[in-house]
Amino acid sequence: MEAPAIELRNISKSFGYITANKNINLTVNKGEILSLLGENGSGKTTLMNMISGIYYPDAGQIFIDGKEVVIKTPKDAFDYRIGMIHQHFKLVDIFSAAENIVLGLRNEKFNIKQSTAQIKKISEQYGFDIDPSKKIYEMSVSEKQTVEIIKVLYRGADILILDEPTAVLTPQETEKLFAVLRRMKEDGKSIIIITHKLHEVLSISDKVAVLRKGEYIGTVNTAETNESELTEMMVGKKISLNIDRSEPVDPQDRLVINKLNCINSDGLKVLDNVSFTAKSGEILGVAGIAGSGQKELLEAIAGLQKLESGEIIYNNPKTNSSDNLRDKTPLQIRELGVRLSFVPEDRLGMGLVGNMDIVDNMMLRSYKKGKSVFLERKKPRTLAEKVVSDLEVSTPGIETPVRRLSGGNVQKVLVGREIAAAPTVLMAAYPVRGLDINSSYLIYNLLNEQKEKGVAVIFVGEDLDVLIELCDKIVVMSSGSVSGIVDARTSTKEEIGFLMTKKAEGGNSNE
Amino acid sequence: MNNPKEKIHEPLFHIVKRSKDALPLWKSWLIRAIAIVFSLLVCSVIIVLLTNQNPLEVFGALLKGSFGSERKFWNMLQNLAMLLCISLAITPAFKMKFWNLGAEGQVLIGSLCSMVLMFTVGDKIPNLVLILAMLAASILGGIIWGLIPAVFKAKWNTNESLFTLMMNYIAIQLVSFAIMVWVPSGSSVMGLVNSSTKAGWIPDIFGQKYLFNIIVVAALTVFMFVYLKSSKHGYEISVVGESENTAKYIGINVKKVIIRTMILSGAICGLAGFLLVAGTNHTISKDLAGGNGFTAIMVSWLAKFNPFVMVITSFLIAFLQRGAGEIATNFNLNTSIADILTGIIIFFIIGSEFFINYQIKTKAKKEDK
Amino acid sequence: MIATIASFITAAIIQGIPLLYGSLGEIITEKSGNLNLGIPGIMYVGGISGIIGGYIYEKSVEAPNPILCIIISLAASLAGSALMSLIYAFLTQTLKANQNVTGLALTTFGVGIGNFFGGSLLKLFNESGSISLLETGKAYKTVLPFASKLGLFGETFLSFGFLAYSAIIIAIITSFILNKTRTGLNLRAIGENPATADAAGINVNKYKYLSTVFGGMIAGLGGLYFVMDYTAGAWTNNGFGDRGWLAIAIVIFALWKPKSAIFSSFIFGGLYIICVYIPGLSSSAKEIIKMLPYIVTILVLIFISAKNKKEHQPPQSLGLTYFREER
Repeated sequence: MEAPAIELRNISKSFGYITANKNINLTVNKGEILSLLGENGSGKTTLMNMISGIYYPDAGQIFIDGKEVVIKTPKDAFDYRIGMIHQHFKLVDIFSAAENIVLGLRNEKFNIKQSTAQIKKISEQYGFDIDPSKKIYEMSVSEKQTVEIIKVLYRGADILILDEPTAVLTPQETEKLFAVLRRMKEDGKSIIIITHKLHEVLSISDKVAVLRKGEYIGTVNTAETNESELTEMMVGKKISLNIDRSEPVDPQDRLVINKLNCINSDGLKVLDNVSFTAKSGEILGVAGIAGSGQKELLEAIAGLQKLESGEIIYNNPKTNSSDNLRDKTPLQIRELGVRLSFVPEDRLGMGLVGNMDIVDNMMLRSYKKGKSVFLERKKPRTLAEKVVSDLEVSTPGIETPVRRLSGGNVQKVLVGREIAAAPTVLMAAYPVRGLDINSSYLIYNLLNEQKEKGVAVIFVGEDLDVLIELCDKIVVMSSGSVSGIVDARTSTKEEIGFLMTKKAEGGNSNE
Repeated sequence: MNNPKEKIHEPLFHIVKRSKDALPLWKSWLIRAIAIVFSLLVCSVIIVLLTNQNPLEVFGALLKGSFGSERKFWNMLQNLAMLLCISLAITPAFKMKFWNLGAEGQVLIGSLCSMVLMFTVGDKIPNLVLILAMLAASILGGIIWGLIPAVFKAKWNTNESLFTLMMNYIAIQLVSFAIMVWVPSGSSVMGLVNSSTKAGWIPDIFGQKYLFNIIVVAALTVFMFVYLKSSKHGYEISVVGESENTAKYIGINVKKVIIRTMILSGAICGLAGFLLVAGTNHTISKDLAGGNGFTAIMVSWLAKFNPFVMVITSFLIAFLQRGAGEIATNFNLNTSIADILTGIIIFFIIGSEFFINYQIKTKAKKEDK
Repeated sequence: MIATIASFITAAIIQGIPLLYGSLGEIITEKSGNLNLGIPGIMYVGGISGIIGGYIYEKSVEAPNPILCIIISLAASLAGSALMSLIYAFLTQTLKANQNVTGLALTTFGVGIGNFFGGSLLKLFNESGSISLLETGKAYKTVLPFASKLGLFGETFLSFGFLAYSAIIIAIITSFILNKTRTGLNLRAIGENPATADAAGINVNKYKYLSTVFGGMIAGLGGLYFVMDYTAGAWTNNGFGDRGWLAIAIVIFALWKPKSAIFSSFIFGGLYIICVYIPGLSSSAKEIIKMLPYIVTILVLIFISAKNKKEHQPPQSLGLTYFREER
């Protein structure tokens, strides 16, 4: 039997004390398409980056055509005819497609005409539709992706790795891409495709390898499996976390989201008819593969994202009035008396100022209060002291720049400040990402406390076990639309996992 | 194994940015102090090579430039005050990461506005009214010159460093134009204006000509320190400068802050122009700002935008320029030696920042099988 | 009338050549993402280094050979500007210093060097008077022997020293390299997006160093042309004036294109001296006209930012320090 095109044996990689990959085994034969399946943070991209020379494994071996190899740089990977198409394209905007494709090549004469002919040849071979002289900035996302694929083929790659290639494509474009991949397969090329979408996995691949939390779960032949088996492999058995959950007391509609639509700067539809209601005294979970519109949703509510259409109705418990928050700036929202707190995903880049100390970060939201032209640091100082002692922030002092704190402590500072504003709506995006167990539980308890105080909490998370045990209701998002709203008390991981990977059918598919 | 590619040289060291394990404050100042000492060594070697004099004598002359006599001391203080004033002016803009390279022009326009009034209505209105009017006109002029690039930056994100740079030369030409109008003889040098009536001249305080300027700048230093550290405006400037995303997140109107800050920056530059005309030179030329608009950028940058530290950095530069001037006259050299020495010292200090912000890590030897 | 126009064109070209060198040097540097505001200083150093080289040579021999005059002063000039740009490259690339501050300090330093040696060179050699390199200046001003025989055309377009023609040739070569070669493609990629270039296997550091040093050397030739050809081997302190900044303005006006820089330089050169050719102009009005290049540059700057057309923008990473923090 012919040696496999690429084989990984016991590959491990850790960053600091976080293990990203542990003893991973993977085999891809010539003329085969392998899907790499797994939740966020399961280590798929890290694994692929080790094949393409971005990272270097701590342990394990890589075999190409049966021979052991060492891949230390992207150039090494090219030499072994491995090419990776990253999720974030590496292209120069003002260059033409052809210029981008030949960028950095050394082994051939620089001749755009010849290169163009070569590009046309590759395009014909695989059925790409691309104008080599078109500038990147004039291209759609799918065209840019095509350029990236041709770039890899142009360098003679026999092993192609695609990191979530369909995340940015429309269903039609996805079909086209798959047709191309099938043609490459017939050509004897080996393809590894990272994806979350089960129907795509089933339609394109020969084999499926599943990773979960950095560990290798197994490889199955696509023909012998089905969606429910894959979902179970991906999400695993339920783990009990023992998070206390109280029954909601007197829930009332606090925030009514009605048919939000949003198109981002790349022209992609990132929110598609999103509707749900967040109630007071409840924790509403938002589940979904990363990039399914969670970020835009929260930013839209916070007044940071322009919307195409839809309404964000806030029912004020004090005045019993209702306001539409759409297209209002954060300042205007505050002036309406809406007490909206937001713990964004990007803690140091958005929620806090890294170079400022804890005191100054405490007053980010409140510094404007009062008529004086001067800052009032007394209250923020008290607050800083309180947050540090209540949340057990480990810091040399309250005058330490937050940039110097560890990830968990940074998050405590941020959450502490947002809660101190006595919100009626609290939004938290991935608030326990990168935190250790103790800090995570501290955050869960804080959210629960807020819930018991009657705050409408919106919790965007990635760990389904946490979502199921912490939340009251869970909104599941898939490709910018709501694919389902489930009761967290009765739902299962499989059900949510299935909804997360459900094919978007356009429009809302509520219940 | 059977692959020649296997032996790839890993670099002996690699560079990482310090973030969590930043240097303690005293260490970073120690590094800067060492850099200054090194740069002074290099400077003295150069001077000694050029003059063939005893190094001690050269250093003596360097000191004498600022402390040789009372007059020299006051001159140094005056230079320090003007440099510091312009540095204070650009600091809020720089803290906001708005590259105002146009201080030179903003100062000149301020001077020009003062001079227009001094020249045209100098003998027609009471001196106090005249001086106040000059002050207002200068500040207004500076504001306009700073505001124009700020508006375009806010509206279209027009590159402010190139814009403000060009504004300098328009200001220079405007001054040249005015001089040509006022001095038709063609000598293109404006003498002292109102030297007999002293209209528009700021009177001496305690017999000291420059004391007024120095007091104003001292007050301004305190003001700027408080403004940046304790006012809401200053806080907004810090947030916008550190992260525009955070600014938007908490609802700061970034455009408004840019424009407001450049108004302040331009106004203080205008004030500096007023002080130069009314308090110091009583004349105008296109070299009136003397490159201080650019030197100020370095003063402010080296002091990490802290107004009190800027007193030290501007002293360093004023002292050096005075001292180099003294060396030049004593040893019959050109005064431009001052610029060379200033350049060297700045190179060393900005170079030393690397060792404060980055860490060089040597790679621990990996055990290979 | 025609004679006046012809002599104006000649004068505009003469004024434009130093600007062309300066702007070409800055274009090459900026294409790698480095905004070198030290170019005005480098041009001073390029000028004074040539003077020093020529002076020492002329002093050391009885009858200076014109060819050697040129070679020695040219080599000295190139070495001087290369050293200056190395300071910039070392500080901004290796030590990751801020580009604006470094550039401005370099200009202070370079202008200081120019004026210091310009004012003290003779004293350092125990001579008096002012610098005037007759032989070297003459060598640089040598024109094609048949130029004057070609009438008005020859006098207008062919009556320049060799450095004038080399400027245009360098512009054309630069344009070719930038647009038609792999080196140019790689360089432009670095200026636009250093991370992408890095991932494509291009040595970002090497390119940035080389383009900064080459750019500096070319800019320095502008200073050399000024002191050798324009002023025929004489140095006056601050004589070069603010031409260095005008060169930076031309980079914007020419939209970072070397070929456009040729004509932009001549236009700016023309604007620099047009007031002499407009009869009956008062000396004050002349100063207003001298303002034009800067106003036009600002208008261009505003226009390109408002239009936001991708091809006309400065290199995207211009002024930013690249650090491959994580891979």
